[in-house]
Amino acid sequence: MDERELELFFGPQHMGMVGNFSITLKVRGDRVVEARANPGYLHRGFAKMMEYRVWIQNFPLVCRINVMDPDPYELIYAMGVEELAGIEVPERAKYIRTIVMELSRLASHLAWIWAYGNALGFDTIGQWSMGDRDYIIDLLEFLTGGRIYHIYIWPGGVRRDLPDGFEEKTLKILDTLEGHLPEYDDVFFNNRLFVTRARGVAKITKEEAIELGATGQVLRATGVKMDIRKLEPYAAYPYLDFEIPVREDGDSYSRMMLIREEMDQSISIIRQCFKKMPKGPVYHRVPNPFKWKVPKGETYVRMESARGELGLYMVSTGEDKPYRVHFRPPSLPHGILILEKLLKGASIADVGHIMMSLYIAAPEVDR
Amino acid sequence: MSGKSTIKKNGSIFSPFKALKFLFKKPHTLRFPFEQKEASPRWRGFHLNDWDKCTGCGNCADICPNKAITMVKVPEIEAKPGRKNERPQIDYGRCCYCGLCVDICPTGSLRLARDYIHIDHGTKSFTLLAKDEKTDKEHFVSKENYSLFNASLAHRMSNNEGFVSDLEYSLFEPERVPMPQVPAEERKLSFIEQVIGYSREEAKKEASRCLECGLCEEACPAHLKISDYIRAIYEDKPVDALKKIYEDNPIPSICGRICMKPCEDVCSIGVRGEPLAIRWLKRYAADVVEDYVSALNIKPGKPTGKRVAVIGAGPAGLSVAYFLRLKGHDVTVFDSLPGGGGMMRIGPPPYRLPVESIDKDVNYIASLGVEFRFNTTIGKDVLFEDLLRDYDAVFLGIGTTVSRSTRVKNADKAMLALDFLKNNKIGKGVKIGREVIVIGGGNVAMDVARESIRLQHIQYPGEKTVTKTVSLEDWDEMPATKEEIEEAKEEGVVFNPAWGPKEIRIDEEGNIKGLQCVKVKSVFDEQGRFHPTFYEDKEMFLEGDMVIEAIGQAPDFSFIPDEMMKKLEFTPRRKVKVDENGQTSIPKVFAGGDIVNLNLNAITAIADAKVAAEGIDKLLSSK
Repeated sequence: MDERELELFFGPQHMGMVGNFSITLKVRGDRVVEARANPGYLHRGFAKMMEYRVWIQNFPLVCRINVMDPDPYELIYAMGVEELAGIEVPERAKYIRTIVMELSRLASHLAWIWAYGNALGFDTIGQWSMGDRDYIIDLLEFLTGGRIYHIYIWPGGVRRDLPDGFEEKTLKILDTLEGHLPEYDDVFFNNRLFVTRARGVAKITKEEAIELGATGQVLRATGVKMDIRKLEPYAAYPYLDFEIPVREDGDSYSRMMLIREEMDQSISIIRQCFKKMPKGPVYHRVPNPFKWKVPKGETYVRMESARGELGLYMVSTGEDKPYRVHFRPPSLPHGILILEKLLKGASIADVGHIMMSLYIAAPEVDR
Repeated sequence: MSGKSTIKKNGSIFSPFKALKFLFKKPHTLRFPFEQKEASPRWRGFHLNDWDKCTGCGNCADICPNKAITMVKVPEIEAKPGRKNERPQIDYGRCCYCGLCVDICPTGSLRLARDYIHIDHGTKSFTLLAKDEKTDKEHFVSKENYSLFNASLAHRMSNNEGFVSDLEYSLFEPERVPMPQVPAEERKLSFIEQVIGYSREEAKKEASRCLECGLCEEACPAHLKISDYIRAIYEDKPVDALKKIYEDNPIPSICGRICMKPCEDVCSIGVRGEPLAIRWLKRYAADVVEDYVSALNIKPGKPTGKRVAVIGAGPAGLSVAYFLRLKGHDVTVFDSLPGGGGMMRIGPPPYRLPVESIDKDVNYIASLGVEFRFNTTIGKDVLFEDLLRDYDAVFLGIGTTVSRSTRVKNADKAMLALDFLKNNKIGKGVKIGREVIVIGGGNVAMDVARESIRLQHIQYPGEKTVTKTVSLEDWDEMPATKEEIEEAKEEGVVFNPAWGPKEIRIDEEGNIKGLQCVKVKSVFDEQGRFHPTFYEDKEMFLEGDMVIEAIGQAPDFSFIPDEMMKKLEFTPRRKVKVDENGQTSIPKVFAGGDIVNLNLNAITAIADAKVAAEGIDKLLSSK
């Protein structure tokens, strides 16, 4: 029987989709011949909106670019403004920022273990990881007063000092999480079904990854030890001792295992922060928001978000609002170029977890 | 890599079955709503607003990135200077709970609560005129009566505060840029100007604190465009700032030094921090622009051919002359003093208001074509009747020029405050005593006492001298400003509050020996009127060789002919009665300043002058 080529829509209304995103697949049999990513469903025009708001008004806005990992956006915006305006951040605030970054990374990774497990039909792991993510979110709520959008890291430092009991509560939850991780391994990461489904799938070489602009786990899974926290340390990362997990195979399995291994590192980083954190102020007051004019200039700042390199290019013309803002989210190359490349030749059954293994956040792609 | 990892290379088929043990463990999940989770102490939920503290400044509405806050007029709140009758209303379809409104709130009245559940059938129930349990008994219930099933904007738990304002993290700067001043030890030795003035950088920094809420503009009697001129200073455009000031106040150099600054009393930042230094910023703009004529480029209006006589070159007279000149009228200002400024020229001591600063303002007004006739006393050199005949309108800005006396025994031996101040500032100077007693607790008494200290240091260098004040009022009701009292104390003035003068004692040769005082029981009666009572048995004797009386001034109407004086109407509180145009009961005679208002300060005189200038212009244009 002749095989016909069919066009198949994967998303945006699809259980296994990463969000408001879709892929158009050309399939022959159950093989994907060609894939085309369709972003645009979630375009909110953040960069343009920011041109119309005074500097401080943008800070509650930027976190909304990525629901699952919002804090890096607050930090990158703060870093950009601080660089342009020449603001020094107090030492203690740098440590608090680092703690928030790693908590956000943990929450994001936990959510992604659920998403990935879901794409493969593993339900138990997802329920556990989302449950543990809630503990992290409780912590962030305790610290910032918000559960998902923390609106906490602002130019000049952070918005409030750590509340009483935050350290004990955090260390306790980290212990709990660390106690759960071996269970995760038992039920998922050491599960032969997962290993068989993921190993060798959607392989990308080091050269291709670099060429297509991959960062984060996608790049590190091909053997490149690239992490902005080490490359251009920011916040309190220069003072901390941690490793960058790297794998060689460049496949779906390696990418997921990196997410798992990074969680161990994040837990260790947070513990170190509490040990090394100095006392003192956490905020260097910025000028009155209605009169604050950031000096003329342009900057590109970057950092390691949960998904890879997050960059911000920002131009100030010396006015009370940014002249131009442009984000470089890690999901953009992963979610379009690399996804389209890796889906070619894949089985339809693998489309979901290949997409998940690339750790794509649809709201980041669109902004 | 990680030492903790239990990851195996190829996985196992059996390991997932270990999860079966969780069947027998207690779940982590809370059974909502039967089991509830406490929101964090910093939770950013629905708004709370303390209506007593809220000034209606509207900064929350301005900062809101989502335009979720609208300032709504609340009729039951009485609007007064420094307190608008507007309160924030929040649209929860727009609010993103970022809390910027809390961090900008100068009073700290706006807070976020820990409640966040809203259940309601109505689709229009999403807006909230934020209140708190203090003023809203209806919608806030105690923890015991609170039910999650009714939770809404109309059913909220009391004492449930979450994210609150903290001055350390506020979006405004609560601390003022300190004004450089000559230290007390140095300044009391001479009449050097005490306040040095802001530098360009200091002025810009202080101006940058302004939130532009405009509460000050409502409180200013002359309604200067304060937010605008402060912004101009912040943008390093002092000439623009000065132009803005000149729209409402033609004596910025004077007012920038001695204004009673009702604006600063209501500054929203002043509620929890230090108010904007509005007066010093005005002074900065006035001082930094050296040549007003070329910088301001203000032209008098098209000549109308009408002539106006202004009696008194004080703040009211100068202002009315300026505003009328801009409308094209010919203005002549008469004053008995040798220069402009009126009471400003003789009252405020040189360390507060140097004569050069007064002349800067007066000369500019003169440069616009206003004619000044100094050393001219109305009723003596020129008759009031002649003015009425020769001019199209007459403005009385004569102020209160006669010092009141206590009229105690031997009061004729004492010196009067205005004579003392005038002689000292623009006259021959005064021979001061070694032990001076100043009677009075107002700002004029402070001026007299502080001048006395300086004169003593100059005339008796290195010798032991002392200046004392005696006032009926106790510390808490003393009419002088706190600032003046503090500075006088710093310079060594000795205070005797709550003592009343009884008799000035003299020796056989008629020289003053001192002041016999009697303890004050109360100063005001139950209606708040001035009516001092004394403990007749508690007396005290203060030694001194000179007594100066500074207990207030009265106007001098002696230049007005008797038959005309009879027509001049007064208010119950002995002020000249004027209508809404500033016109008195005598046709084409207008009045303003201390003879009209009860505030007795320069800025109110300017406000009166603005009204009168409009009134005179209306009268002259209608002819």
